[in-house]
Amino acid sequence: MFTLESGSGFWNPLLWILIVFIAFLLLYGIRGFGRNTYKKDTEQTKAFLSGNKEPSPDEMHVKASNLYWGFTTSLNNVYTALRKMHTGNTSDYVLWFVIILAVLFLVFGVM
Amino acid sequence: MTVLDLLIEHAPALIVAIPLFGAFLMPLVSRVNEKLRNILALSIICLTGFFIWLLATDVLARGPRLYIFGAKNLASPMVRILFEVDSMSIFMITITVILAFIALVYSWSFMKEHDGLDKYYTLVLLLIASTLGMELTGDVFNFFVFLEISCIVSCALIAFFISEGEALEAAFKYIVVSSIGALFILFAIGLLYAQYDALNIATLAQVLKYTFLDKIVLVLLVVVLGMKAGLVPMHMWLPDSYGRAPPSVTLIIIGATLASFYGVLRVIFTLYGNVLSNAMRFALPVNVLVGWILIALAIISIIVGVIMALVQTDLMRLIAFAAVAEVGYMFLAIGTSIAALGSPYATTALQGGLLHLLNDALDIGLLFLVAGALYYATKKRLLDDISGLARNMKYTTVFFIIGLLAVAGMPPLNGFASKFLIYESVYQLNPILSIVAILCSILMLAIFVKVFYAAFLGPELPGFKDVKEAPRSMLLAMGLVAGLAIFIGLFPNIVIDTLVKPAADALVNHAQYISTVIGGI
Repeated sequence: MFTLESGSGFWNPLLWILIVFIAFLLLYGIRGFGRNTYKKDTEQTKAFLSGNKEPSPDEMHVKASNLYWGFTTSLNNVYTALRKMHTGNTSDYVLWFVIILAVLFLVFGVM
Repeated sequence: MTVLDLLIEHAPALIVAIPLFGAFLMPLVSRVNEKLRNILALSIICLTGFFIWLLATDVLARGPRLYIFGAKNLASPMVRILFEVDSMSIFMITITVILAFIALVYSWSFMKEHDGLDKYYTLVLLLIASTLGMELTGDVFNFFVFLEISCIVSCALIAFFISEGEALEAAFKYIVVSSIGALFILFAIGLLYAQYDALNIATLAQVLKYTFLDKIVLVLLVVVLGMKAGLVPMHMWLPDSYGRAPPSVTLIIIGATLASFYGVLRVIFTLYGNVLSNAMRFALPVNVLVGWILIALAIISIIVGVIMALVQTDLMRLIAFAAVAEVGYMFLAIGTSIAALGSPYATTALQGGLLHLLNDALDIGLLFLVAGALYYATKKRLLDDISGLARNMKYTTVFFIIGLLAVAGMPPLNGFASKFLIYESVYQLNPILSIVAILCSILMLAIFVKVFYAAFLGPELPGFKDVKEAPRSMLLAMGLVAGLAIFIGLFPNIVIDTLVKPAADALVNHAQYISTVIGGI
């Protein structure tokens, strides 16, 4: 009942949860061997920026568009092509529909 | 005949009639009391859900059910309004009514501060009625009629925030693309009628010969419905529309989009089910050709969907591109099942594709609801403008985490169960396809981790110190979807055995669908 068969493999979510639970228990146990030197609300918990003052939240905010810049920059050519494709022009939307229609007419031997 | 039998007999008509009648009641009830209107709209959906449940118990136990409008016995089934409900239709209308219920619960608070809610509820119920009609009808012309109603109503709902110019622009684009598509569908129906004097799907399926005109019809129907389902490169209307409609509406439009996907399945498996594997093209059976075309478009959809989602700064547009990728996964599974028709993994692929249809509706729907909650709280759409919202919106954060893990196909949530079936079956057709699908799923996870960081983590911006958690009705709606995502993830077999397998069997064994009509009249 709980095992999903694909014909070539299986997936049992409850078994997976049990394994993850055991893994977390093990990690918790390992964590217990560490030193407990954390002191709440002391200098220890403040960010150390080589003696500089901590910037305001506005200045520290890493914006979403700055994330994965390496990935997007390396795929610049792909993005240039895709941006050209997504013009926002309704005529182009219909054009793509007509192109696919024409290609499939050719493939199916209509034209 | 008992009252229950009578209710089951008329359930197919009532499932469409109740929301349709309710739609026209909304303006009247709005004049009396706004709370009463909201309660009535929810009651209408609950009542529709009750009839769907009644019909589902009957159809799943006894097989397809036929409902002929205006007559009991007919000499000819050629042209007649009739609904034919098999397990596939039951699967689809169940999804639609779940989405509709959640959307209405969410609307209660989300739309509270807006004007014109009498029109909003009228349009929402009309959209639900038309979507249900598309999924229940056994007639190509009625399918077109319901599709047209759905297009017009969706257009009005996308433009609901009319003060925003972009909403109006998105609605315009949607209606242009939809109308052109609908005209091609009408043309295809005309070609079928001209040849066979019939509009009924089962009758047409029995007499279809795969003539030159039938090839044109096949291409027209698959391309138009593929466009309506959001297949790349005909997907461009989708981010515009999903990104600008109120999130509650987006949830119902997702249902309407999936109804178009259902249309593709009906055309390929039922209407052309008898002829595709016998006809040849390029020394290949046509079903293999159709399957590989769908696979090619699906892979492009998955890749373009995730790559474009990565660079979006508007949260709702980002989720819309993720939705394009998810549609790709569904078409990948369906294409595999068509290309490998008859092999054991074709059935697994079909079941995976159908389960993913349900999971996509829930997971993408949940993310849109969360995006709506963020917009409700901050009035910001751009990811760059928000940060640190987890501090004040704890429940919304939890729902987003569930949504992001589910949509990325992370175990043990529902997205994994369906993607597992898709990967395993597609791998047997071609391992490279499966690897591409898995890599894109990982990229999807990366995209939503970015969203999670940008919106919920990071420093608390000065403007958001007083941001409040979303209202209770919105939390309840998100909680319901999240609960379903977890439940299906933990117990996928319950859904597969109850709904997905019967739906897949109904598609593959199209002879039963045909004989119900031919023998039923």
